[in-house]
Amino acid sequence: MAPKLPIYMDHNATTPVDPRVLEAMLPYFTEKFGNAASRNHEFGWEAEDGVKLARKQVGELIGADPKEIIWTSGSTESNNLAIKGVADMYKDKGRHIITAVHEHKATLDPCKRLAKMGYDVTWLEPRPDGLIYADQVAEAIREDTILVTIMWANNELGTINELPEIGKVCKEKGVLLHTDATQAVGKIPVDVNAAGVDLLSGSAHKIYGPKGAGFLYVRRRKPRVRLTPIIDGGGHERGMRSGTLNVTGIVGLGKACELCRLEMVEESTRLSGLRDRLEKGITRQLEHAVVNGHPDRRLPQTTNISFPYVEGESMMMAIKEIAVSSGSACTSASLEPSYVLKALGLGDEIAHSSIRFGLGRITTEEEVDYTIDKVVTAVKKLLDLSPLYEMVLEGIDINAIEWGAH
Amino acid sequence: MAYSEKVLSHYEKPRNVGSLDKDAKNVGTGIVGAPECGDVMKLQIQVDDATGKIIDAKFKTFGCGSAIASSSLATEWIKGRTIDEAMAIKNTEIVQELSLPPVKIHCSVLAEDAIKSAIHDYQEKNGLDHDHAETSEHTQA
Repeated sequence: MAPKLPIYMDHNATTPVDPRVLEAMLPYFTEKFGNAASRNHEFGWEAEDGVKLARKQVGELIGADPKEIIWTSGSTESNNLAIKGVADMYKDKGRHIITAVHEHKATLDPCKRLAKMGYDVTWLEPRPDGLIYADQVAEAIREDTILVTIMWANNELGTINELPEIGKVCKEKGVLLHTDATQAVGKIPVDVNAAGVDLLSGSAHKIYGPKGAGFLYVRRRKPRVRLTPIIDGGGHERGMRSGTLNVTGIVGLGKACELCRLEMVEESTRLSGLRDRLEKGITRQLEHAVVNGHPDRRLPQTTNISFPYVEGESMMMAIKEIAVSSGSACTSASLEPSYVLKALGLGDEIAHSSIRFGLGRITTEEEVDYTIDKVVTAVKKLLDLSPLYEMVLEGIDINAIEWGAH
Repeated sequence: MAYSEKVLSHYEKPRNVGSLDKDAKNVGTGIVGAPECGDVMKLQIQVDDATGKIIDAKFKTFGCGSAIASSSLATEWIKGRTIDEAMAIKNTEIVQELSLPPVKIHCSVLAEDAIKSAIHDYQEKNGLDHDHAETSEHTQA
């Protein structure tokens, strides 16, 4: 039976709000509308109770104390606060920061701004499997290093960097570790203590919560991490992030975390099964298709597949009833090939023709089978149209050709 | 990105996909673009030596929907035309016919280049003077 179209296979970009999350949020729009900072009446207390529960729910998911959760508008803000906040607070200690070239733009851009302001940034290159390893971090740490910021799982590949080993290295050297765990939280076990993480960014809308709500975990003990705020005004959130709390969003984020914690084992088993079915179904029928990134160290519901000799945009057009991503959603308006895939050493022509499939809570087996069929048909059609594939069949090495400039 | 109906029609049912014998004397082959730019077009023409008319044209394209549509349209247009007439086709006509947005104009440029490149190949193979062909293009323009 054909599934209902269009099919959503882009859960790394965003997710629908789980109806149970929405249900938890609704009373906070209308009945429990108080300001969580109003300490002297029932309305404020009610709102604060909702926020308090959410702190506990988030803390439980990532192994943190509720007091260590700072509410933000999402991971972009969390990353900015962590990176710029640490850089400013510890600037007398040193001005060296370590990150990686294939981080999300929400990490790259704050680091670039700091570099412009006179900080020294080391940009680590991933190994061909897409991972950053602890030995690379250890080698890059210097006397004046104040922060390492390496994401937990990569948004385009789903690959999982070498945590907790990176955390161990940072602890040994006494350097703070921030991790953008936007893609990891809720999908795989995340424990800030086991991983030796000092700051961790997370977002509600990637885990079936609402958009506009996120958090930054900031370690309070061993060591006590301090931050210079980037938003002043009232001293909310231990002075690190002022502004009236987005109570509905926070309640939703909390509920979303609780559901992920309770259902993670079952859900990740189901989704990795579907993901493997998708991968096998495609690669079995298309001999040139290649799965990018480490085969095992990756998120259960993500796969990034390259279709050599086929161009990505025409591919997306051929499967337009299936929502997928070619490059990250933040950059897919540009015609540049993905910088993440290029960082793996993939040629431009392959980076141009890679697709990220992000499965999620609403994905069904019927949808996966339909997707396999559509993708295989589309690629076969485009291979018939491809002059590059024709050359390969004739035994011509397309990398040896001197192509004209355009 | 929204595609025009004509782009979609060519993309879904590309005209004249395939290859001609590139070693045949009356076949000209043009390959333009580069994989790292995301576009490669191969366009071939088969010419009737007696009349100088293009009797067949085929293409294969690695590229976006607009690139596929531009080359498909190009083969449709040049079939039945003389070499001089085909030489006169301008990329702006392709832009107009397919309603290409500004970011896709390079696809039409590539299609025009592919036509010219195929004609040059044919002329070179047959010892024809292609400076002459270009001159006649300018007088016609």
